[in-house]
Amino acid sequence: MISIDNVSKHYGSFQVLTDCTTQVKKGEVIVVCGPSGSGKSTLIKCVNGLEPFQSGAITVDGISVGDPKTNLSKLRSRVGMVFQHFELFPHMSITDNLSIAQEKVLGRSKDEARAKGLKLLERVGLKAHAEKFPGQLSGGQQQRVAIARALCMDPICMLFDEPTSALDPEMINEVLDVMVELAQEGMTMMCVTHEMGFARKVANRVIFMDKGLIVEDDSKDAFFNNPRSERAQQFLAKILQH
Amino acid sequence: MYDFDWSSIPGALPFLWEGMKISLEITVSAVIFGVVWGTLLAMMRLAPVKPLAWFAAGYVNLFRSIPLVMVLLWFFLIVPQLLRSFFNLDPNTDVRLTSAMIGFALFESAYYSEIIRAGIQSVPKGQVAAASALGMTYAQAMRLVVLPQAFRNMVPLLLTQAIVLFQDTSLVYMSALADFFGAAYKVGDRDGRLVELLLFAGAVYFFICFAASQLVRRYQKKLNAHVAH
Repeated sequence: MISIDNVSKHYGSFQVLTDCTTQVKKGEVIVVCGPSGSGKSTLIKCVNGLEPFQSGAITVDGISVGDPKTNLSKLRSRVGMVFQHFELFPHMSITDNLSIAQEKVLGRSKDEARAKGLKLLERVGLKAHAEKFPGQLSGGQQQRVAIARALCMDPICMLFDEPTSALDPEMINEVLDVMVELAQEGMTMMCVTHEMGFARKVANRVIFMDKGLIVEDDSKDAFFNNPRSERAQQFLAKILQH
Repeated sequence: MYDFDWSSIPGALPFLWEGMKISLEITVSAVIFGVVWGTLLAMMRLAPVKPLAWFAAGYVNLFRSIPLVMVLLWFFLIVPQLLRSFFNLDPNTDVRLTSAMIGFALFESAYYSEIIRAGIQSVPKGQVAAASALGMTYAQAMRLVVLPQAFRNMVPLLLTQAIVLFQDTSLVYMSALADFFGAAYKVGDRDGRLVELLLFAGAVYFFICFAASQLVRRYQKKLNAHVAH
């Protein structure tokens, strides 16, 4: 489904990604973790072309992301993405947030888009808030709306960029619950997150990054039980201590 | 002690109102054109295409570095002839109002574009990323997501600029175009009551601009309350 092949990226002389290679198969859930500044968010943003990269290749469902001939907007409409800061559109109601791209990008009718939006809003448990504005919802609720908004486009896979990092602790679980459910339904997912509980529960593989390199790319059991690199051991010791 | 005599004002009110209409016409046309052209300039200035950005920056810097009164004067000297030769107009057609409108519009767009540019930049970059991630093109993201938010933040500044513009329209008096100020001056000159007429005109400008700026302030407070919740 997603294939990342020797991808490198630099800002000026600063190397952000170095020869990153990995694959995500249909139905797989991959967790990407690592210390801050390790390039994990950059890597996931390269997958739908939000960040350009200088060398290597990424293909999503057989379509090359880096190819200048690729219609990136069309590709992105098929790849869902959830951001750290939700990025709901604050000037639109929740319903409009859910329908706008369905109407303007997929060309669905107003009624069809609205019905689809409400269905997914119900799924994330927020149907009662349909007519509110994003500013009236809590962070956890906003992030669930953001997931519903991405799902409205019937994506072939979902990218999560630290979806719980900006949330208060008591709101993290409501978002993770939605993600776990999605994973169990067979959605192909690539998640940048530090939620190791989530990784243990649903991940097929864990990718560990440091300084722009993919240091480990292993099954979740192998990663948690005996990480090969010293850097990953230190990282796990620190975040699993408490 | 100077003897005030206000008696020439009541009879002159219809003529003064005609002048006020000209002032308002220039203001409204310059605001509309200024916002539209200013938005395009702001988008050009932020565009990744370098020549567009240079053009917009040059335009804005040029108009912001020249006194308005000189721009207007040039337009009075040049535009009437251009219009006449383009449209084959009768040399007696009065195109002073048109040239004033064009001069103001082009000048004000430079100021509007800077306000709008700041407004666009005040919208978090993540909003464009989210719109793009949903499959929107750059133009759709601008039109549906960025500009509506930018304009909502900018309305107070745009209105304040419009108030300043309304006051500046009095500069057209030097083309002998009878805007509100010009009309007041003419009446005062005719009746030998310049002091009274100019005091009256000043009071009217003050009343309109002060009332308008109070409305803007109210709106801004409402806007801030809306954003805060």
